[in-house]
Amino acid sequence: MFGAKHLNSIHAGHYKNTAGCATEVMPVPDVVKISMSQNIGAPCKPLVKKGDSVLVGQKIGDTDAFLHVPVHASVSGVVTGIETQRNAMGGYDTLVVIESDGKQEIDPSIKPPVITDQPSFISAVKESGLVGLGGASFPTWLKFNPRNLGEPMTLIINGAECEPFITSDHRTMLEDAQNIIDGALMIMKYIQAPMCYIGIEDNKQDAIDQFNRMFAEQGITNIKTFPLQASYPKGAERVLIYEVTGKTCNAGVLPADLGCIVSNVTSVAFLGQYLKDGMPLVKKRVTIDGDAVAKPGNVLLPIGTMIHDAIGFCGGYKEEPRKILMGGPMMGRAIFSDRMPIVKNNNAILAFTKEQSLIPEETACISCGRCHNACPFNLLPTGFADAYEARDVKRLNDLKVMQCMECGSCSYICPARRPLAFINKLAKGLVREASQK
Amino acid sequence: MTNEKNVKYYDNLAVASSPHLVTALDTQKTMMWVLIALIPSFIASVFYFGAGAVILTVVCAACSMFFEWGYERLLGKKVTVKDLSACVTGVILAMNLPANLPVWMAVIGCFVAIVIVKQLYGGLGRNFANPAIVGRIVLLLSFTSYMTTWPVTRLNQTADALTGATPLGLLADGALAEAPSLKDMFLGNIGGAMGETCTIAILIGLVILIAKKIISPIIPCFYIGTVFVFSLIYYSVTGGDYSALHMALFHTLAGGVVFGATFCATDYVTSPIMKYAKVAYGIGCGLVTMIIRLFCAYPEGASFAILFMNVMTPLLDMVAQNYFYGIGAAEKAAKKAAKEAGKEAAK
Repeated sequence: MFGAKHLNSIHAGHYKNTAGCATEVMPVPDVVKISMSQNIGAPCKPLVKKGDSVLVGQKIGDTDAFLHVPVHASVSGVVTGIETQRNAMGGYDTLVVIESDGKQEIDPSIKPPVITDQPSFISAVKESGLVGLGGASFPTWLKFNPRNLGEPMTLIINGAECEPFITSDHRTMLEDAQNIIDGALMIMKYIQAPMCYIGIEDNKQDAIDQFNRMFAEQGITNIKTFPLQASYPKGAERVLIYEVTGKTCNAGVLPADLGCIVSNVTSVAFLGQYLKDGMPLVKKRVTIDGDAVAKPGNVLLPIGTMIHDAIGFCGGYKEEPRKILMGGPMMGRAIFSDRMPIVKNNNAILAFTKEQSLIPEETACISCGRCHNACPFNLLPTGFADAYEARDVKRLNDLKVMQCMECGSCSYICPARRPLAFINKLAKGLVREASQK
Repeated sequence: MTNEKNVKYYDNLAVASSPHLVTALDTQKTMMWVLIALIPSFIASVFYFGAGAVILTVVCAACSMFFEWGYERLLGKKVTVKDLSACVTGVILAMNLPANLPVWMAVIGCFVAIVIVKQLYGGLGRNFANPAIVGRIVLLLSFTSYMTTWPVTRLNQTADALTGATPLGLLADGALAEAPSLKDMFLGNIGGAMGETCTIAILIGLVILIAKKIISPIIPCFYIGTVFVFSLIYYSVTGGDYSALHMALFHTLAGGVVFGATFCATDYVTSPIMKYAKVAYGIGCGLVTMIIRLFCAYPEGASFAILFMNVMTPLLDMVAQNYFYGIGAAEKAAKKAAKEAGKEAAK
């Protein structure tokens, strides 16, 4: 009744329709638009101008700011313009538009990175343009360079993929397992982690089995698979740390301070590949699904491909789309136009028809407490909503609103259809605003 | 770029805050499950008390929905009859009445429940007390003789005895020897409010509600458990003609404890949200029920106990939020689990 072995979670349905779809490589599109804001932190400044010709892997964006990673060209061709486009957050992004010549010539300067010690490892990771590919887009080089380096660390690789619909991490684990192992061993060496756990939800038994087989074949004993319950949100960083290590990671605490470094499985797979050929992050495996898409599947496509083109590769729209999501249905962002480009941390594009896009009508709270029981961190979303309505910052702080990770479990489970996760976001904004005053 | 003009882009897609998925269970379906869980009790009441039970139930459900509709129309509010919560209130109120109550009195009960207790405080989700319980208490205090004249079940009817006492009434009068057997009390072949007598039917409803995860088992378990344990201890100390176990079962099966614990005390709006507050609420309901039964003038106290604990609910939730809230609670529990695991390993 008061079980505490696992954090609260919800069973939102998996909808892993594309789990069996092997990755298809998308031909190079005519035009790519590469965003300069692909990481948490400072946006890059374009290093190229209109009329320049670029090669695959060439660095086209960089900045002097601390928190950033460089951006690379994903196709060879000619820069036809530098655009600004409104992004899904409401701000504006700078986009470098490249018209492809179809040759995909590789920049000759690209060669496998020489890594001899920790600083050279960090700088190689930084130059690769890698950000957290699970969705947060936090610059990976900073994550692998914790301030308490030298303390015992555990590397946790996140292969939970708890979001419904998305199967791109699953396909990565099946198709790129060797790179994941190589990347993991390399990371463990330089963050001084004796053990590594790959957390995988138990609805991906084939991936777990494959890893276990490969570990046995290669005699690897310091990497282990860690089966998780297949329920949402087991792949959230703080939930995963609790499930694997039993440590409680409050918001604002860095996982590294608890001796954990969590990295997404696709990030690790990319790193394994990068150490072999030195090609920076220019392509991404993306799940394209939803009831408006003709032929859903997993697609490996150049970063900067417009969503419209990516869906075009999957047979185009079957029906008129009403809602397109970047990411999964629980935490993904609804975008207003399919002209937006794919960015590094996209792991899915979901297009839904009108029937699937209806926003349910909100009714009165019946105090059933389901939101509280669904919250992984045992918070009280309905209390947040009341306090937010009263603009009561003290009450919001007492209810620890900043611990909310916006996983959306409360909105999902609410029988009164209240937009609780949305209110939580607003409430967190209110608290942040108040603390700045 | 050559066929740019032929390509159709979608530039005004719907945007909304995540999540974009929602569970199938909504308020209406929740209320529907409560109604389904009430069906066994309804069938039992018809079996034992005949057509009167049907009439009262239908009248109460219809009147409750009508009052809700009428009030909301009158005040120009959005009509929420479709969520079925008024229907649930009506049926639960009916189950709390004697089957031979005049229909106009039941209508007054529905008016009190829906208009005064629920709507005047702001409608669904805003009432501080359970509407059906207050409706019953108002009827009990206003029409005491009607509300305490219990019809005899059809199986026990004789020409000169159409009404009789409840087991708790007999206990209060010191006539425990005339009380029915525990088996009759379990099956419902006793006098009492029409939905409260047949324990087995209520338990079927309870199992439905718990299995469908409509309610948490905490409140019913702790309520019924407290009544049982309290009377076990009380009669162990005081003694009497019957064994303490017999009396504990007697108190559990008699009156409205099981029905109240299943359908009234678990009302979402008026019961706590926090788990540990639910425990305290369940225990509180049990204690107050037993104190009224054993030490006060009324033979039965389940309704008053639930009403009393309804009022305590915000306090209980507040205390629980101070001590068992947030991720820290998970941390504490994890430490405890780790300690237990250590103990096991030591063994």
